[in-house]
Amino acid sequence: MTTPSSGRHKVLIIDDEPQIRRLIHAALTRADYATVEAADAREALEKLREERPDISLLDLGLPDRDGLELVPLIKQHSDTGLIVISARDATEQKVAALDLGADDYLTKPFDTDELLARVRVALRNRMTKDGGMSAVRAGDVTIDLMTRIVTKAGKEVHLTPKEYGVLVQLAKYPGRVITHQQIMAKVWPNEHEHHVEYLRVLVRTLRQKLEDDPQRPRIIANELGIGYRLKEGDGGETVSRLA
Amino acid sequence: MNEPDRRDPEAFLRQAAQEGRGRLKIFLGAAPGVGKTYEMLTDGMQRLKSGIDVVVGVVETHGRRETEALLAGHEVIPRREVEHQGHRLAEMDIDAILARQPQLVLVDELAHTNARGSRHPKRYQDVEELLDAGIDVYSTVNIQHVESLNDIVASFTRVRVRETVPDSILEMAEIQVVDLPPGELIERLKEGKVYIPAEASRALNHFFSRSNLTALREMALRRAAQAVDAQMLDYVRAHALAGSFAAGERIVVAISELPSAQGLVRAAKRLADALKAPWTAVHIETRRSLAFTAEERAHLADTMALASRLGATTATIPAPGVVEGLRQYATDARATQIVIGKAARSWWFELRHGSVVDRLVRDMGDVAIHVLPGDDRGHPRRAASATAGPWGKPSDYLWSTLMIALMTAIGKLLVQTIALGNIALLYLVPVMFAAASFGLRAGLFAGLLSSLAYNFFFLPPTGTLTVANPENVISILVLLGVAIVTSQFAARVRAQADLAHGSARQNAALAGFSRQLTAAASQDELMQAICGEVGRLFDVRTVLLVPSPDGPQLRAAVPPEDRLEQIEKAAAQWAMDNEQPAGRGSSTLTASDWLFHPLRTTQTGRGRGVLGVLGLAREDAGEPLRSDQVPLLMSLLDQASIAFDRMALEEEMLDARQIRERDRLRSALLSSVGHDLRTPLTTIISAVHELKQQHPSELADTVEAEAQRLTRFVANLLDMARVEAGALPLKVEPIDLFDAVAGAVHDTRQSLAGHEVRVDILPDIPLVRVDPTLLHHILINLLDNAGRYAEPGTPVVISGQRLPDAITLSVIDEGPGIPPGSEARVFDTFTRMEGSDRVKHGTGLGLAIVKGFAEAMGLGVSAANQTDPAGACFTLTFPQMLILAPLPDEDVT
Repeated sequence: MTTPSSGRHKVLIIDDEPQIRRLIHAALTRADYATVEAADAREALEKLREERPDISLLDLGLPDRDGLELVPLIKQHSDTGLIVISARDATEQKVAALDLGADDYLTKPFDTDELLARVRVALRNRMTKDGGMSAVRAGDVTIDLMTRIVTKAGKEVHLTPKEYGVLVQLAKYPGRVITHQQIMAKVWPNEHEHHVEYLRVLVRTLRQKLEDDPQRPRIIANELGIGYRLKEGDGGETVSRLA
Repeated sequence: MNEPDRRDPEAFLRQAAQEGRGRLKIFLGAAPGVGKTYEMLTDGMQRLKSGIDVVVGVVETHGRRETEALLAGHEVIPRREVEHQGHRLAEMDIDAILARQPQLVLVDELAHTNARGSRHPKRYQDVEELLDAGIDVYSTVNIQHVESLNDIVASFTRVRVRETVPDSILEMAEIQVVDLPPGELIERLKEGKVYIPAEASRALNHFFSRSNLTALREMALRRAAQAVDAQMLDYVRAHALAGSFAAGERIVVAISELPSAQGLVRAAKRLADALKAPWTAVHIETRRSLAFTAEERAHLADTMALASRLGATTATIPAPGVVEGLRQYATDARATQIVIGKAARSWWFELRHGSVVDRLVRDMGDVAIHVLPGDDRGHPRRAASATAGPWGKPSDYLWSTLMIALMTAIGKLLVQTIALGNIALLYLVPVMFAAASFGLRAGLFAGLLSSLAYNFFFLPPTGTLTVANPENVISILVLLGVAIVTSQFAARVRAQADLAHGSARQNAALAGFSRQLTAAASQDELMQAICGEVGRLFDVRTVLLVPSPDGPQLRAAVPPEDRLEQIEKAAAQWAMDNEQPAGRGSSTLTASDWLFHPLRTTQTGRGRGVLGVLGLAREDAGEPLRSDQVPLLMSLLDQASIAFDRMALEEEMLDARQIRERDRLRSALLSSVGHDLRTPLTTIISAVHELKQQHPSELADTVEAEAQRLTRFVANLLDMARVEAGALPLKVEPIDLFDAVAGAVHDTRQSLAGHEVRVDILPDIPLVRVDPTLLHHILINLLDNAGRYAEPGTPVVISGQRLPDAITLSVIDEGPGIPPGSEARVFDTFTRMEGSDRVKHGTGLGLAIVKGFAEAMGLGVSAANQTDPAGACFTLTFPQMLILAPLPDEDVT
């Protein structure tokens, strides 16, 4: 596990509204993060270079530059985890940001718990992405990425190769949203035109095998119009890395 | 035929057009009294007995007892009384028949002319309307009323019948000949069994001679046989049966401006029928035709109309000369027969120009040429000159005489100094002047007078009209010759100048018209301009009416006119509906003082064919338009239509620009309001949340809850604005209803706190194709609504069902329900349910948004009350077209 030199993780807040910056700063400070702030794109790129933050929170509605343009720039020039913040119905904007390399998104208005949870997931994924995980647990489901064995409450669950393929895409980055395109590009690599209905049906069969109540999914969460997320469940750190 | 399997499209169309149309059966008789009406009623009675709904539209029994007895068994539609010049006439009530909608209607006397004020001038036009309405018609007609046989019958019976029926009517009918040998008919006549109008009885005595009746009977039988042939031919052509029918005969009839051309057309029709050949009536338009008088133009138009009524195609071919044009056209059309009239021209004309007939015969060796005698009696020949009247004004002759007197005086002065022969040259001046300025007759007059003067005053012996020297005779002849030649040339030049003047006037009228129309800035101005210009050009009163749900609506009039009579409105409506002229001078609703011409759109596929109708009327209630003025009016109407379409297009573009601008403003406003409200709300919510972490307090809880509510209100306001802006942008994708419900339940967990939420959806419910965000907002609003109205502790059920052709998703609560009767009203904007004592908080927008979003995606939405347990039930219906077919397992897994 990589450890930041300062001991505390550093978060860059990119937003043109000072009161939002102040608020996010307060929340992050309470959770013991160090923060840096930027009010526009120019300042953001500057701070990225100078401060090398672990995580960046980017409001897509910046005054001097389209937030979407900034996403690939940030990913190019740094290894920061990137969470974009955007308005409620801007589904396409979110999908575009994710496909351009953003790690996750937040919708305004958000509460600070949600914000902190996302930051936590992004940090974990950033730290584990090089080493990778050998197994992931979500609720009572365990996915062993080495042996490709999936168990629920200790009992092995039989999955078809495609079902497992979808589950693995989510399990590689637990807690983080994965877009439909990202999943389908891996599971159906030979199809040029992807049809979401196949993915929807696969997720339904997966839920029937993994969820306690498939009508109220707790493990595989749907993100409206965007993708799926392997949920951390209710008990906090239910997804863990097994050595 | 070279291509035996080719179907003749026209024949096919003719057959197709007949399907859905009523069928016509004509009882054809050779003469009155053969028993057509009786036969028709008998046949009708048989149909009645076999269960067909038969009514009698009009039947004349003429007091015959057998006929009356037969009629008594039929339902008779009462006739309509028409007031005409103090007489009350009973005409067939076509509207009553149309309203009654029988399967078959019996209509006696097809050739009858309706009283003025009826819808159509002719009864056969009534019958056509009945046929168009899908009603079968039985009718009767005598052979002498058939248009194309009219001339022939008149030639041997010496009775000309004015009431004729176009051959096209007979051609589409099944014909049954009612036959009675002439002897028996004459017998019946003697017994007084044949009805003859008193005023016609003397003429008819000759009519009913044995030889006439025999000839008429033969004609009737032949006509019937021919009709059968024609129908068989149509059938053969439509079904491309290999068969032998007369190969490739084509007839061209050349039409002149003379009234006798109508006889020519009828003859050509008979020839065409006999040869079963297509035929064309063609008018060769030469320089001469442009100088036709109004009367000649009218004759030409009438002849063309007759030809077209008789089934000819018509054409007008411009050409340098009649022979050239006819030869060219006949070659192009591969005519095998040409019908022309022998022009009643002077031997002088033919000597100079050669007879048209001779030249045609010489030039077109392989074409049969039928020459029919022209009939010009009662029609004065056209004068060669185009001055006012052939003889010119008296002043022309006075001037000529004065000039000759002057020349004589000059001659007297010079006679001592110059040779006598040269004196004659002096007279050329008045002769040429008179011929050139006043026409042939004045020229000849001048020539004659000059030679007399020359003879009397100069030629020895002077003072007498004797010519001593034969050489001087030549001088006189030269003077006359010069007069003739000069006047001919001058007349031709003048005719051309008049012609050029005439067409220049017409072109100027058209150009002025389109200039006026271009200047119009609005539709109303344009309509006013059309009325004004047409009124000015034709010297008529004009109105312009446009279609509207309440009938024709007056939009412009010159001079101002604010109301039209009922009959005029009817004519305008008819013209709009049928895209044909109606009213005075047309063939429909002629009792109207106004003539209405439709204004058709030039753009196809724009949904409306008629933009409006232009009405014309004369102050003195005369015919609004001469037939030779119709082409100019047509050109003007074409121009008007183009101007209309151009304006409509411009207005549409302007509208589209305004709408775009308004939408741009609206969305700019919305997004800025949304942004401006949301940012502080985000801050408040997050701040309170932070505050609660540090200092938990009830006050902080209240602030947070209210801020959350405010957020929802803002969201709802924005959504509603989007619904009302129309055309919600949809991003449709296949979604799983479980996901949709789970997402909505998650986002409404605060409003549903205290309720048990039960999800009861069929496990294998198919995917549906909707916009996930819109569906999410629908469900949030429905769940919010349930949470707000139902008492805490009661369950909220979300139920998904599969119906044979739909999927339903219902949100069911156990609240107070919807006030009975207002199930549909709950979806109106700002409607709040008042079923309980408590006024519930909320903006009243939620359900309106549900409805707006649902409809945008094609979902049905309804509200109802549940009884067990009591409560409200809101149901979304996903129609079959939004439901995805189940995917095959192997494709997925």
